[in-house]
Amino acid sequence: MSTDIASSESIGEINKYDFRTESKAFFKARKGVDAEIVNQISEMKNEPEWMRNYRLKALEIFNSKPMPNWGGAIDINFQDIYYYLKPTDKQGKTWDEVPQEIKDTFDKLGIPEAEKKFLSGVKAQFESEVVYGSLKQDLADQGVIFTDTDSAIRDYPDLVREYFGTIIPSTDNKFAALNSAVWSGGSFIYVPKGVKIEFPLQAYFRINAENMGQFERTLIIVDEGASVHYVEGCTAPMYSSESLHSAVVEIICKRGSRCRYTTIQNWANNIYNLVTKRAVAYADATMEWVDGNLGSKLTMKYPAVYMLEPGARGEILSIAFASKGQHQDAGAKLVHCAPHTTGQIISKSISKGGGRSSYRGLVKVEKGAKKSKCNVVCDALILDSKSRSDTYPYIEILEQDVSVGHEASVSRIGEEQMFYLMSRGLSNAEASTMIVNGFIEPLVKELPMEYAVEMNRLIQLQMEGSVG
Amino acid sequence: MSHILRIENLHVAVDGKAILRGVNLEMKFGETHAMMGPNGSGKSTLGLAIAGHPNYVITEGTITLDGEDITEWEADQRARAGIFMAFQRPVAIPGVKTADFLRHAATNVRRPDRKEGEDLIPMREFRKELKAKMSQLKIDTEFARRYVNDGFSGGEMKRAEILTMAMLSPKFSILDETDSGLDADAVKLASASIAEIGRDKMGLLIITHHDKLLEHNPPQFTHVMLGGRIVETGGAELARELHDHGYDRIRKTYPDAEAANQEMLAKEEAVAV
Repeated sequence: MSTDIASSESIGEINKYDFRTESKAFFKARKGVDAEIVNQISEMKNEPEWMRNYRLKALEIFNSKPMPNWGGAIDINFQDIYYYLKPTDKQGKTWDEVPQEIKDTFDKLGIPEAEKKFLSGVKAQFESEVVYGSLKQDLADQGVIFTDTDSAIRDYPDLVREYFGTIIPSTDNKFAALNSAVWSGGSFIYVPKGVKIEFPLQAYFRINAENMGQFERTLIIVDEGASVHYVEGCTAPMYSSESLHSAVVEIICKRGSRCRYTTIQNWANNIYNLVTKRAVAYADATMEWVDGNLGSKLTMKYPAVYMLEPGARGEILSIAFASKGQHQDAGAKLVHCAPHTTGQIISKSISKGGGRSSYRGLVKVEKGAKKSKCNVVCDALILDSKSRSDTYPYIEILEQDVSVGHEASVSRIGEEQMFYLMSRGLSNAEASTMIVNGFIEPLVKELPMEYAVEMNRLIQLQMEGSVG
Repeated sequence: MSHILRIENLHVAVDGKAILRGVNLEMKFGETHAMMGPNGSGKSTLGLAIAGHPNYVITEGTITLDGEDITEWEADQRARAGIFMAFQRPVAIPGVKTADFLRHAATNVRRPDRKEGEDLIPMREFRKELKAKMSQLKIDTEFARRYVNDGFSGGEMKRAEILTMAMLSPKFSILDETDSGLDADAVKLASASIAEIGRDKMGLLIITHHDKLLEHNPPQFTHVMLGGRIVETGGAELARELHDHGYDRIRKTYPDAEAANQEMLAKEEAVAV
């Protein structure tokens, strides 16, 4: 049968991400997390005292907070993880300056090629550190900053200190506290007033080592009237034991600005992906999260937009695909703090082969946020009887004069749709892939073409072998 | 070219209920057959069983195409071998553009050995062909960008089905009530479209209880189905007779089949309640 051939091809395809790089670490801290490790990370980075204290305080908060008792089952031995692995002693400004084996890794992932074709700038993070960074000269000339957060602390201390941890304090949740204690790498972006960046800035996060924890810290400041599209991709090879990815992303959209943050997460299926992402939008600013979650063992991620001033907009598009052994607990948060703010959440989730996907979302309208509008649509598609989908919508409305809508639907792939496509010559696997691609099409068409193609390809990989 | 679709002693059950009880039919490439009969007699069931719908279980008998037994084949294999059915109410596939769907379908049908993931018909070549077919069938090109059957009117659905047929150039086509729910002009357009594709370029089985579609596509053979069997076969004049006088003569002539038909209708109603 044709499906056999397809699945043997798919092994080759999956290997595209599932490869290990023999890389000798420049420095590797011992396993586990405690004050000694935190001090060591801070020393390695030669950080100012305020950051070291910030980390140590966060470690206390992390230790004092219980594990969340909701979402997915988290079975992590925090002392069995490497928290800091420095792969090389310096960051490359050209790919030739990056150690060969690491460059090869990103070559295989297609990053330098994409950079040449359609990106304004790239950051590539390998384990704990950003190993390569670039930004188009004309953007640098206009005052755009795109660097790793470690360098930003050194080079733009006042700017970083003004905003760092203001959107997501260490006390926010256990994993935000952990990130605040051991963070390393991540992107720092500043877009000056009125500067509109046409092509996306991209960061690529790669975990290579086993039992590795990656804790990047990203801070994006979009000044008045400016705009930026930031894209992140994430992959890792498959190991027998679990790894942890726990990022914190803070975004400030000033008056009249626009920021779109697109994630295509395709972690290996043994990675805990526990991420806190939050943006604030001031007057007439628009913040959009486009969040695609395909990989990981467990993802808990709810990108948020706090609309602080009139005219602010928050939009969140979320796609989650849970296959065998995966739990995607994904969703969104919109908080309307001012009048005339507009929010929208569109969530599409797919469960197959015993996978579980959950939509967990919060819509909150504060007292006084009159004439605010918010609409939530979440659709789930379940491909077989082993799989599961749940919806947990939380709605808190403290103002009368608002309009809030919520629609949810759950559907199974219809026999009639399958028969229709097959009666036109499509194989069983092609037919189900086509139905799934159609299901997420309203979101995929929002992606730049290159990412839309990648997304469809990833869906196809997830779909292969789904029918027997 | 000569192709033969042969149905022998076909028994089909749906949800364990027998619908077809021994259908025999032979169609040659280039022939037009009309399949008529009252509601619930099993006409659509025959079509769906030939197309390979998994819920229409063949309990006895065979379907052969050019001597090859296709009774056990999946629907996609049959489509690739040249069987096509235009459905009465084709299902919507939201998010899938009609052009993308047709490109996949046409590639697979033209290259039956194509493996998944192998190249499709080149985009430019396909677009050119689709555009030509659409203009031939007087279908707006905007159609290609719409999602498959999603929000289509009755007439649009039928025309999309005819367009699909034109793109797939099947050896045998079953048109299931392609005239139902259409106004006179739409039927005229549909029949003209079928003539345009060329009914000498395939074997046609037209399922209908009217004769509107048949006016423009006169059948060489007319079959009457009652109670899950073909009870009578004639020429074009039989179609005219049934259209003018209804099925009273047939019901009286074949009381056993009529009883079976009533029984099937009663069961259907019981299910509906």
